Amino acid sequence: MSKATLNLNGMTVEFQPGQTILEVARGHGIFTIPTLCYLKDTTATGSCRMCLVEVEKARTLLPACATVVNPGMVIKTESPRIDASRKMVLELLLGSGNHNCLVCEANGECELQALAYRYEVPTPSFANPPGTQYYYEDNNSMIVRDFSKCIMCGRCVRGCNERQVNQAISIGYRGSHNKIVAKADYPYIDSDCVFCGECVQSCPVGALLDKNAMHQGRSWERRHVRTTCPYCGVGCQIDLHVKGGQIVKAMGAQALPNEGRLCVKGRFGLGFVQHPDRLQTPLLRKTKNGELQEATWDEALDFVASRLKEVKEKHGPEKMGGWSSARTTNEENYLLQKLMRAVIGSNHIDHCARL
Amino acid sequence: MTNSIAELEDADCILVIGSNTNENHPVIAARIKRAARLKNKDLIVIDPRKQDLVKFSRLWLRQTPGTDIAVVNGMMNIIIQEKLYDETYVSERTENFEALKGAVAKYTPDYVEKISGVPADALAAAARMYARAKAGSIVYCMGITQHTVGTDNVKTLANLAMLCGNVGIYAGGVNPLRGQNNVQGACDMGGLPNVFSGYQPVTDANNRKKMEAAWGVKNLPDWVGMTMTDMLPAISKGGIKSLYIIGENPALTDPDSDHAIKAMQQLDLLVVQDIFLTETGKLADVVLPASSFAEKDGTFSNTERRVARVRQAIPPVGQSKPDWKIICEISNRLGYPMNYGSPEEVFEEIRQVTPAYAGISYKRLDAGGLQWPCPNEEHPGTVYLHKDRFAKGLGTFFAIDHKDPAEMPDAEYPLYLTTGRLLYQYHSGTMSRRAPGLAEKAPECQVELSATDAAKYGIAAGDRVKVRTRRGQITAKAQISAKAVPGTVFLPFHFAEASANKLTNAALDPVSKIPEYKVCAVQIEKA
Ligand code: SF4
Ligand code: SF4
Ligand code: SF4
Ligand code: FES
Repeated sequence: MSKATLNLNGMTVEFQPGQTILEVARGHGIFTIPTLCYLKDTTATGSCRMCLVEVEKARTLLPACATVVNPGMVIKTESPRIDASRKMVLELLLGSGNHNCLVCEANGECELQALAYRYEVPTPSFANPPGTQYYYEDNNSMIVRDFSKCIMCGRCVRGCNERQVNQAISIGYRGSHNKIVAKADYPYIDSDCVFCGECVQSCPVGALLDKNAMHQGRSWERRHVRTTCPYCGVGCQIDLHVKGGQIVKAMGAQALPNEGRLCVKGRFGLGFVQHPDRLQTPLLRKTKNGELQEATWDEALDFVASRLKEVKEKHGPEKMGGWSSARTTNEENYLLQKLMRAVIGSNHIDHCARL
Repeated sequence: MTNSIAELEDADCILVIGSNTNENHPVIAARIKRAARLKNKDLIVIDPRKQDLVKFSRLWLRQTPGTDIAVVNGMMNIIIQEKLYDETYVSERTENFEALKGAVAKYTPDYVEKISGVPADALAAAARMYARAKAGSIVYCMGITQHTVGTDNVKTLANLAMLCGNVGIYAGGVNPLRGQNNVQGACDMGGLPNVFSGYQPVTDANNRKKMEAAWGVKNLPDWVGMTMTDMLPAISKGGIKSLYIIGENPALTDPDSDHAIKAMQQLDLLVVQDIFLTETGKLADVVLPASSFAEKDGTFSNTERRVARVRQAIPPVGQSKPDWKIICEISNRLGYPMNYGSPEEVFEEIRQVTPAYAGISYKRLDAGGLQWPCPNEEHPGTVYLHKDRFAKGLGTFFAIDHKDPAEMPDAEYPLYLTTGRLLYQYHSGTMSRRAPGLAEKAPECQVELSATDAAKYGIAAGDRVKVRTRRGQITAKAQISAKAVPGTVFLPFHFAEASANKLTNAALDPVSKIPEYKVCAVQIEKA
């Protein structure tokens, strides 16, 4: 049986049954279909109408993210008609809130801003009548909600319910009073929210913000460093956003095992790294009952080495133990057991796997 | 884990036992919840607490703490009686089936109910649900291992998985979830008393010869060393005179931590290397400031054996140095030069002496993590273990009996105490309690108890409660929770000022030397 094919921008391409237009297009290297409400690994709702494309014989433009392909379909992803429709969608979205990019945290990584630029849609002058009130929530130390920027794409809801399955938020109220609500419209801190931050990461605009990253620098000033979470054994891959030697925020990396997800510890728990309590210098107790006092590295290391030698001579290596740590790297664990076995001569090595 | 995290979404049945996954491994819980809620897969939770996953499960078996073997043996008995097991798999890939069959025969539903409180029909339903799944995955954690019968618990779960042909297949397996980020790696690297890196026993002369050649030394010790839980008690008997402790905080995390502190005070030399001045550091003769994960390069190995890069994001804080550098400098001063220019150079040495890591390099890791065993550079890594055959040939069934925990409730200490973690805190709290958001959600130690017990002892939510065992007493705020069941109270162990480990029983599993953190007898009283 020959593979099912369709026509995409004039090319004949193959597809898998059940794929959407968006998936087929991306699978064939076409990444120019703009999306806003689409979120990978969640139900396509087709609600924002940003990804509309032309399908021959279809009465209207169809959402690429939510339309399953058929054999023989003839699809166009760019055309003047499509452009006009996308522009109109953008105008409405920009007019629906207070999209002042100058002071928005998302400036530079906002998907709405990027599309406005691409389709040359300015912030409409008829936007938000003066005095319009928007919900603003800043009563916990992790997430700020600024609904003057919300475009009701629903990505946060699907991220929460389908990617993390935390079931903390939903779309509440009806029609034009639509709003994202936690429980019966409570602040996050009083709801079932577990602060995984998936919604923040899912939001295409600046409506959900990592509070600690606010005013800590623009997106383009930050370097991204891919690393592994220091907390539990899942080993989530994290992209640390760093500016000038400071960790600004943590985002879930699109890599196994987490594929973008993090929990509250990986996302909002890294404040310990640059905490003022961090040990700054070696500490040494010069006499057995004395106090721990600051020392230089040379003093401390010489002390350790000479005392280790003494204990070894006096009591033998079989009286000496070393604990490595599940919180240090493989390389460091390897070196500690090498030190204990090859240099000290003891197999009393363990770490806290048991605890 | 025998299998991988992402595979969980494809398991037909997931059995979670002794793992509070939603709080301790939230991102793995996300996969489990996706399977149950979005993909309509079966989820069975076996847990004394009504933990978060219960709400997503088809079946919740609520066993009395410390009776896992009875429950699982009961399930196996039903599976064998009803011939629901995988006969081909059992005959081709396993041995000792008759012994298992004999051992579980007495675990009739009535007998199991008497020991564990799990009703007969629920037991049968769970047995059938797990046995009928094409791919059944077992997920467990400290709730299985932190018992005096921890090793037997683990073997019992392996019995169940093999019986149903679930080991060595995609989306099946027996999947222990590692608590701390690099427990897997610390074990892989030989941070254990009996093996070099790659689990090569130190008692084997060939292994010692190989390592002696690689390290350029002679006479590596051929005896098995002590575990942490043996080293501490050995101090007062003169068996240990010095300890070099990196990144651990036994003054808080040891079961019976008061004893641990007294023991460490008797050492000739205590060296502590950490990022904070911990309770243990305060006892030390010298404290060496280490750099955190964000300040260094290296690798971690996660619970599914995936080796992934740690990359330096910021310069070392203060005068701190990465642990690898500190170890090298100590070694140099002891007359054994360690002149590695970078963690990558250390990793290159690891590859050479550790077969399972031989194919992994920093260069390959730039494209994403790799799961060991990965024997050569062309090998794609191993997504699940024991495909087609077990490392040792046949899988062995073990005949195992239920044993009561070392300490059971009695007239004086009438309740069970079980300990664990909270979503918002981590281990001894040195890291998590210094993150404002986490501290905001879980600022202090709360003792979780059921409404029934609260009423019985005249305790209201928010009251201060004295929690006492034969080893000590702490005071904590009462939290009346639907997660708790009557007769059992729960304490998290993150809080130094109300350390649950002042209370817990230091009785060890004889093989794994893991303490029984999960069960002891306790009394409570309004403070
Ligand atoms: S932080 Fe997580 S749990 Fe809370 S609303 Fe956002 S996605 Fe849901
Ligand atoms: S908060 Fe963000 S993700 Fe949620 S609906 Fe609004 S714009 Fe979309
Ligand atoms: S982000 Fe959460 S689940 Fe992921 S590794 Fe870190 S602590 Fe574990
Ligand atoms: S992305 Fe397709 S309708 Fe929103």
